[in-house]
Amino acid sequence: MAALAAVRRCRVLLHGAVKSSFRGSPSQPRSYSAGRLSVQERIERKRQAALVGGGQKRIDAQHGRGKLTARERVALLLDPDSFVEYDAFVEHRCSDFGMEADHNKFPGDSVVTGQGRINGRLVYVFSQDFTVFGGSLSGAHAQKICKIMDQAMLVGAPVIGLNDSGGARIQEGVESLAGYADIFLRNVMASGVVPQISLIMGPCAGGAVYSPALTDFTFMVKDTSYLFITGPDVVKSVTNEDVTQEELGGAKTHTAVSGVAHKAFENDIDALLNLREFFNFLPLSNKDPSPVTECHDPSDRLVPGLDTLVPLESTKAYDMLDVIHSIVDERDFFEIMPNYAKNIVVGFARMNGRTVGIVGNQPKVASGCLDINSSVKGARFVRFCDAFNVPIITFVDVPGFLPGTAQEYGGIIRHGAKLLYAFAEATVPKITIITRKAYGGAYDVMSSKHLRGDVNYAWPSAEVAVMGAKGAVQIIFRGKNNQADAEAEYVEKFANPFPAAVRGFVDDIVVPSTTRRRICRDLEVLATKKQTNPWKKHANVPLAGKKGRGRR
Amino acid sequence: YLIDHAAFRSRCCIIVSRAQYSTVYDHNEKTFDKILIANRGEIACRVMKTCKKMGIKTVAVHSDVDANAVHVKMADEAVCVGPAPTSKSYLNMDAIMNAIRQTGAQAVHPGYGFLSENKEFAKRLAAEGVSFIGPDTHAIQAMGDKIESKLIAKAAKVNTIPGFDGVVKDADEAVRIANEIGYPVMIKASAGGGGKGMRIAWNDEETREGFRFSSQEAASSFGDDRLLIEKFIDNPRHIEIQVLADKHGNALWLNERECSIQRRNQKVVEEAPSTFLDPETRRAMGEQAVSLAKAVNYSSAGTVEFLVDSRKNFYFLEMNTRLQVEHPITECITGLDLVQQMIRIAKGFPLQHTQAEIPINGWAIESRVYAEDPYKSFGLPSIGRLSQYQEPLNLHNVRVDSGIEEGSDISIYYDPMISKLVTYGATRAEALKKMEDALDNYVIRGVTHNIPLLREIIVHPRFISGDISTKFLPEVYPEGFKGHQLTATGRKELLATAASLFVAAQLRAQKFLGDLRVSNTQQERRSWELCVELEKGVHMLGVSRSGATYTVEIDGDKLEVSSDWNLASPLLTVTLNGIHRTLQCLSRNAAGEISLQYLGTTFKLRVLSKLAAALSVHMPEKVPEDTSSILRSPMPGTVVAVSVKAGDTVAEGQEICVIEAMKMQNSMTAAKTAKVRSVHCKPGETVGEGDLLVELE
Repeated sequence: MAALAAVRRCRVLLHGAVKSSFRGSPSQPRSYSAGRLSVQERIERKRQAALVGGGQKRIDAQHGRGKLTARERVALLLDPDSFVEYDAFVEHRCSDFGMEADHNKFPGDSVVTGQGRINGRLVYVFSQDFTVFGGSLSGAHAQKICKIMDQAMLVGAPVIGLNDSGGARIQEGVESLAGYADIFLRNVMASGVVPQISLIMGPCAGGAVYSPALTDFTFMVKDTSYLFITGPDVVKSVTNEDVTQEELGGAKTHTAVSGVAHKAFENDIDALLNLREFFNFLPLSNKDPSPVTECHDPSDRLVPGLDTLVPLESTKAYDMLDVIHSIVDERDFFEIMPNYAKNIVVGFARMNGRTVGIVGNQPKVASGCLDINSSVKGARFVRFCDAFNVPIITFVDVPGFLPGTAQEYGGIIRHGAKLLYAFAEATVPKITIITRKAYGGAYDVMSSKHLRGDVNYAWPSAEVAVMGAKGAVQIIFRGKNNQADAEAEYVEKFANPFPAAVRGFVDDIVVPSTTRRRICRDLEVLATKKQTNPWKKHANVPLAGKKGRGRR
Repeated sequence: YLIDHAAFRSRCCIIVSRAQYSTVYDHNEKTFDKILIANRGEIACRVMKTCKKMGIKTVAVHSDVDANAVHVKMADEAVCVGPAPTSKSYLNMDAIMNAIRQTGAQAVHPGYGFLSENKEFAKRLAAEGVSFIGPDTHAIQAMGDKIESKLIAKAAKVNTIPGFDGVVKDADEAVRIANEIGYPVMIKASAGGGGKGMRIAWNDEETREGFRFSSQEAASSFGDDRLLIEKFIDNPRHIEIQVLADKHGNALWLNERECSIQRRNQKVVEEAPSTFLDPETRRAMGEQAVSLAKAVNYSSAGTVEFLVDSRKNFYFLEMNTRLQVEHPITECITGLDLVQQMIRIAKGFPLQHTQAEIPINGWAIESRVYAEDPYKSFGLPSIGRLSQYQEPLNLHNVRVDSGIEEGSDISIYYDPMISKLVTYGATRAEALKKMEDALDNYVIRGVTHNIPLLREIIVHPRFISGDISTKFLPEVYPEGFKGHQLTATGRKELLATAASLFVAAQLRAQKFLGDLRVSNTQQERRSWELCVELEKGVHMLGVSRSGATYTVEIDGDKLEVSSDWNLASPLLTVTLNGIHRTLQCLSRNAAGEISLQYLGTTFKLRVLSKLAAALSVHMPEKVPEDTSSILRSPMPGTVVAVSVKAGDTVAEGQEICVIEAMKMQNSMTAAKTAKVRSVHCKPGETVGEGDLLVELE
């Protein structure tokens, strides 16, 4: 059956190619006698037609919306002259609703695909072309995407999708839906094999949203992109809610409220240039090591400011980003999800040139506690790093999991387990620095020694305990009068790094200003780390359940 | 004698490099075993520095937020004297007295500000037999009161300014007196100093307003709201004489300091000597200063401030009975360590020098580096954490007195001074050139600072020619300070540097170490066509590379830019067509935006490839927030008063609220006539920079 379909497709394809070659020159007699010359000419015409997509008028309209065309985007994303295009001659095969007409055929259809280089490293790219049928997904469109994804898997190179599509090609019906499913399957197969990145640069609605959702990172362009299952009109008719496109699925919503997108950029150019920068952090595949770039920042640089960063009062906040920025190479930190679940900070940086993943509790927001959203955010990031050989550096200042009915009803137990699971499962080098609090179960979760942390450090300000002094004293000395004395005793005993250090749960107590030097050395040692988990078909990470509402 | 120098050197900020003071420390001259420094920040560090040289143990006092401060680390002992607000810590006499008893300090150095001119404090010390390193109570009292000091000065045959020798009761009386003296007049706090509680009035209305503000400021700064009024000398210079007197009736003048460059009556750039004084005037001023000191039996270091008009007439302004902020420049040109002299004098030793032995060696300039935004009224306070901080101590003849280090917080509680940057040279030109280099090499990140303003002042033709007065800033920048104005050459230098930096970063981004999967077929690029945006101008540049040297073509000109292109260093040292320049790269991002500090001022540039630049015309304009109907706090501080409520109609320029920061009150006014939609602040509240205060309709 499949073969039959292929034959049919092939015929449609040929048919289309022949017919459309006469577009623009109806007066030319239908003749094949010109032979090679005619084919040359037809190739040239098709190529030219492919380059202008839906035509100048639609290109102008695209520009008028503040958006670039599919090809302009590819040109900005990739190194100059490195793009190698595939399937520029592919056309859609729909013959219903007048789609078979010449003027409805566009060489390459509504997507540009191929491979190229970003700073010399291989990447596969597809860029949906909104000027052709609103970038809608036809069978041919899907087939083009699948082709590059298959090849990316074969050679081990990341896939970047530039999404700008009105949705399914309605004229094609189930063919279009099949196309989506083909892509979804490949997204899943490629997951953990090659990095997959989606950049939403226009509409992405309906079933189409699941492809970005399956990829490792989803970025958006502010004001000109949106993602939703159903648009404002349907929302109005079903739930009677009045909501704009921007509010429902704009960059702000998805980067701050839903957590669907990982970051948003000002405009197309900004987004593509940032994507190039981001790409440099990533290994090409799960078989490649974390990349190392030339680094001008001395690996043994001391950071004197860290010695006074943690406030003396343990209830006072400080900014974990200050710690991260001053420790990593050149203060260069690519934060992932900076506006969502801000009580945890995750992102990429380099240590002595090598890409590392950074996870840190953020004492500035909700005291850096773990809650549903921060657990999920952290877990997803840790699993990416582990899948792609990126060492994980964890900065711990966590007072525990957030209490309350909202969290319990929302399933903090299940969601917190995801972060625990991710850290425990990870076999990449894991370095942990306890900067201050490491209380309760959250201590265990945050890449503790017990979860196979390779190197675990405590700063002198570290307090590893079941809970803070006040709460602990109320339980241990319940009913006794002298709470203040008891608290002092508890602080003396537990509010310091010693209980953990004497048991070997931290490997050393380090002077904060030397942290960068220590981490750089440890990473060098751990570069050859080899660890495997027991054989399994796949693990059963506690996935189920709806997510909590976003922490604004 | 030196106490564990190595341990504090890495953090210590007063590092003496060559040309400062070279006084001999006679260790047989026994002064004190232990001194408590009742101050914080750079001056506490400065005093400790000398104490350590003299073999004296030091005690720091600190508020709880200062527990990790540099002065605390430098001291042999430290005592916490209370919470952050100065009234509860550094001004808390009970706590400081306790600290003295607890540590057994034999003497107290008060630094400047805080308790340095507080006679009550001096009395309490005397009562407990602790030496106060400063003048005795009588002199503090006599000189601390502006009215009394003027009477004493007159009696001592010191030139004084015409004015009203008494306390002004109310605004009406202020207006009456002002009219008697004739405008312009100066209204100032009787107990004041440092420009606080001081206002100039040119008419009756301003007199009333000035009276109100000055009395409020005086009350909050000094706890004493008495005011006086005197003739305002138009276009004067502020020149002061450093005096040094012992307890045996000897007194010396240590030459002058020119402190005319001021904003809001606070000094910004000082130098010694002054370009304006001839030897006769200098001697006349010095002798009057000494006779005033003798008239009050002054002992210790003190400063007699004069206003000097264009005809070199000078008038006594006030006497500061303490070590001045700007004392280092006097130390540079005289070679004396003033702190050491103060300690000796307090112990009762006589002066070591005669007037004839006091030299003027070379020239010294001091720039006060503040955490403040120079683009707002020449400097409104800013706060933050010094994420990166590097003093230009690699340069010769540079002295930096500071009390902060990388990681320190500049908070709203204390003075926003980051440091005093002092340069020294055989000539003024040499000292100024050194100051340019020092400012260019000074790395301060995390807070807004006034280096752009300092860097512009020291190269201004009027400043260089010595044609200055206390009105220098408003005269030179009548529209407010706008930063360095680029010349055609400067613009090209900046563009070429930014373009070269961009290319260097692009090339480095392709350098993956040990990665076998980087393309071998791609050729390394040798030339680039770039588009650089700077100050709304767009420039097409051609860049070609040969080793670490880039040749940049701008409008037919060629610039050769070479550097080590260290992309991790905050300093960017480049050679532009053979000329060395130190720029600073403040930020650089993937979108091509580069912030460069060039000649002190930060310029924002955007470098794009030709393709990206061509496509950027399609990018939508982002609509900026309308700011005329919202009032935001221009600086962090405390709301003192809110004069409107929601629903009120305000006229353009009408006062809406008053914000106090670092003891300065600032009246916030409406930008347009409108109805008040909502008020977001209330008196007593602490606000941050940019916080919404009031919304208009």
